[in-house]
Amino acid sequence: MPDTGITEERLNGAAIVLKALQEQGVDVIFGYPGGSVLPIYDELFKQNSIRHVLVRHEQGAVHAAEGYARSTGKVGVVLVTSGPGATNAVTGLMDALMDSIPVVCLTGQVPTHLIGNDAFQEADTTGITRPCTKHNYLVKDVDQLARTVHEAFFVAKSGRPGPVVIDLPKDVVMALGTYTEAPKTSAPSKQHTAYKPRVVPDRAAVEAAVELMRNSKRPVFYTGGGVINSGTRASELLRELVKLTGFPITSTLMGLGAFPAADEQWLGMLGMHGLYEANLAMFHCDVMINIGARFDDRVTGNLKFFSPNSKKIHVDIDPSSINKNVIVDIPVLGDCAHVLEEMIKIWKEKGGSKVEAKAHKTWWRQIEEWRARDCLKFEQKGKIIKPQYAIQRLYELTKNRKTFITTEVGQHQMWAAQFYRFEEPNRWLTSGGLGTMGYGLPAAVGAQMANPDALVVDIAGEASILMNIQELSTAVQFRLPVKIFIINNQYMGMVRQWQELLHGGRYSESYTDALPDFVKLAEAYHCAGLRVSDPDKLDDTIKEMMSINKPVIVDVLVDQKENCFPMIPSGKAHNEMILSAEDTTKKVITGEGLALV
Amino acid sequence: MGTHMAKTPQKPEPEEQAANIYEGSIPLARLKDKDIYRHVMAVLVDNESGVLARVVGLFSGRGYNIESLTVSEVDKEKKLSRINLVTSGTRQVVEQIKAQLGRLVPVHIVHDLTDEGPSVSRELALVKVRGVGEKRVEALRIGDIFRSNVVDSTTESFVFEVVGSDQKVDAFIDLMKPLGLVEVSRTGVAAIARGTKGVQE
Repeated sequence: MPDTGITEERLNGAAIVLKALQEQGVDVIFGYPGGSVLPIYDELFKQNSIRHVLVRHEQGAVHAAEGYARSTGKVGVVLVTSGPGATNAVTGLMDALMDSIPVVCLTGQVPTHLIGNDAFQEADTTGITRPCTKHNYLVKDVDQLARTVHEAFFVAKSGRPGPVVIDLPKDVVMALGTYTEAPKTSAPSKQHTAYKPRVVPDRAAVEAAVELMRNSKRPVFYTGGGVINSGTRASELLRELVKLTGFPITSTLMGLGAFPAADEQWLGMLGMHGLYEANLAMFHCDVMINIGARFDDRVTGNLKFFSPNSKKIHVDIDPSSINKNVIVDIPVLGDCAHVLEEMIKIWKEKGGSKVEAKAHKTWWRQIEEWRARDCLKFEQKGKIIKPQYAIQRLYELTKNRKTFITTEVGQHQMWAAQFYRFEEPNRWLTSGGLGTMGYGLPAAVGAQMANPDALVVDIAGEASILMNIQELSTAVQFRLPVKIFIINNQYMGMVRQWQELLHGGRYSESYTDALPDFVKLAEAYHCAGLRVSDPDKLDDTIKEMMSINKPVIVDVLVDQKENCFPMIPSGKAHNEMILSAEDTTKKVITGEGLALV
Repeated sequence: MGTHMAKTPQKPEPEEQAANIYEGSIPLARLKDKDIYRHVMAVLVDNESGVLARVVGLFSGRGYNIESLTVSEVDKEKKLSRINLVTSGTRQVVEQIKAQLGRLVPVHIVHDLTDEGPSVSRELALVKVRGVGEKRVEALRIGDIFRSNVVDSTTESFVFEVVGSDQKVDAFIDLMKPLGLVEVSRTGVAAIARGTKGVQE
C-alpha cells in the first residue's frame, strides 16, 4: 500500500485533534472548557500525554501559552470555547501577533448548521481574529482536521512566527473521520502550497552588507526579537559576529538576552527608555546593522531625525518589515541565524575590517564618554525604597540561578529592562508591541510550567497585576511557585509620568485608590504574601521569597514620585533625551509630540 | 481618493535598474519619491473562504486605497483565484502593500503589472440611459463611437454594454450624463501582462 499518511481507522474529530497535537509534540495545553469544546475535553480526559492547565480567564490562557513559547522556543497551545471564550482570547492573540510569538489557539464553535443564526455563545471567531492572527481556519470537514492542525503548527512557527486560530464547530469534532499524519519532510514546499517564507538569504545581499560593515568607522549593531525567535543558534552566532567585528551592540526590549549584558561591547537597551550611550550611538553611527528588529516607534523616536548620517542594513525574515518605517540601504531577507552564519563566513573570507583600528578606537572613546554620564544613576538614601533599587537587588540576589523574568506594562517594565541584566536568550518575557497590562502573571505561569525547576519572577506594578490576578489560582492549583514582585507606588506610574510631563501634572484617574491588601490577597489564594517598605529589609525579603516553594506575592512599597529615565520625549530625536527629573524643565514636549503615544 | 491626481510611473532609469542587484532591494531614489502613483496589481490566491476578507481587511486596517478590486476563480483544479486590484500611493506605500499582500498565508504571488512592463487592462460597464427624441438618438450615436453594444432597449431607454480601459469607461459615462444617465454597473478592472510570460512563471 502506498504511504499516503492516511490511516484507515475512523476516529471522532476530537480524537483526531488530540492525535494531531500529540504528533506535533505538544505536552501542555492552556485552556478553559465550555459547551462547544466538551467533546475535546472528553478526549483530553481519556489520555495522559498532554497536560491541561486550567486558567481562570481565556486571556490568561493565551499569555500563558506565550510564556511557554517564549521560554522554550516551542509553539504554545490554547484551547477555549466559542463566543466569550474566543473573544476573551483576542487580546492575547494580538499580543502574540505584535511580538511574533508562535501560538496555536483552538476555539470551539457552534455546530455548522447553526453558524450565522446568532446561536448561544456564537461569535464570528474567524472574522474577529483575522486581523489579530497570522492566519486562521474554520474547519468544516472532519477529514480536513488533522491536516489543518499540522498546517497551523507549520504556519505558527515558520517565517515570522505568530498566532494561528483553528475554529472547530462542535458537529465537526463529534463526526467520525480519518487521521492524516503530518508531512514527513520539513521542506516548506511540502507543508503549504502558497506560504513559503524565505529563510536562506541572497548571498549578494549579505556580501553588500558585509562590505558596508568592513568600511564603517562608527558601526553599531541594533538587534531585536527576531534573533531570539530564530533560535538559540542565532544568539550564539550573534555573539560570534559581535566579537569578531569588535562593534558595539544595542538591542530592543524584545531582543534582550540575545547578547550577554555583562559583555563590554554591550551598550544596553535603546529606545524611549533606553540608555544614553545606546541612543547616541544610534544617532551618530555611520553604519547601522539591524538584525531582527523592526524600527518600531519606541525605538526610533522622531523618524525625521532618526540616525541621519548612517547607511542602514536591515536583516528581517518578513519582507513587510523592510522599508516600512525607515528606508534602508541594504535589505537582507532571511532568517537571522542563516544570515549571521553567512555574514561571519564572508567577514572572515574578506579579511575583516578595511578601516584603520584608530577610527574604531575613536568611536569607542566617544561611546565611553557617553557611558561616563551613567544615565541609570539613582540614589538610594533614606527610608524609602527606590524602585530601581528594588529591581537591582532582585537581580543581584537571583542572577546565579536559572531565572526567568516576566513583566506587566509600565514603569516597572522599563526599570526591569534597564536594571535586570540578561545573559541568555528566552529568559526575558514581556509584552513589547501591544503593551498588555496583565501579561506578566499568566506568562509566568506558562514559563514555570515549561521550566519547573527554574525561578520565575513576574516584576509587576500594583495596577497591572490586578488585570489578571485571577491566574494566581491557576498557579496554586498546578503547584507553580511563581513569584510576583510588585513595585507598588500606588500610581499607574507611566500614565502619571506622562501626565506630569505632558498634561501639567493633572493626574486624571492615574491614582490607584482602594488597592487590596496584597499580603492578605496572597493568603486568600493560599499563597504566601510578604511586604517590605524598609530598604534595609529588602534583601531579606527577596531571600525569603526565594525560599518559599509556592507562589509568593511580594508587595514592595516604593517611592511614589520616582519617574523612569532616561526618556526620549515623544516627538523628539535620540539626541534629545531627558536624563533626569531636573532635565525635564529644559525639554518641554510641544507641538506634534503631544499627539503621539 | 487620489485617483485623478495619481501619476503613471515612469520607466526606471537604467542606472536604477543596475542598482537593483538582489532580491528585496529597491533603489533609494524611488523609495524616497513622494509623488503618488497608480498601480495595477495581480494577486494569485488560494480560493478558500475568507481570503477576500483578508485582502480587503489589510487595505482598510492599514489605511491603503483600493480604487478597484475584482476577484474570480481562474483555476478550478488548483482552486486558485485571481484578484486584480488598482491602488495608489507613494512608492514606499506601494512596496509596503505588495509586501503585506505577499505575506498573507493563502497568497501565492503578487505582481505589480504597472511596474513590470506593458500590460493591458479592461473593464466592462452596463450603462442605463433614459431619454426621448434628439437626446436618445445622440446617446445611441455616442454608443456607436465607443463600440458599445445595446443589450436592452425600451422606447424610452437603452442599456449599453461598454468595454475598454477604465478611462474609456469613465469618458463614456461622462458623455452620457447630460443625455439621461440613470444607472451604472461596473465590473472593476481585469488586467494581464503583455507577452508570452504567465503570471506564475
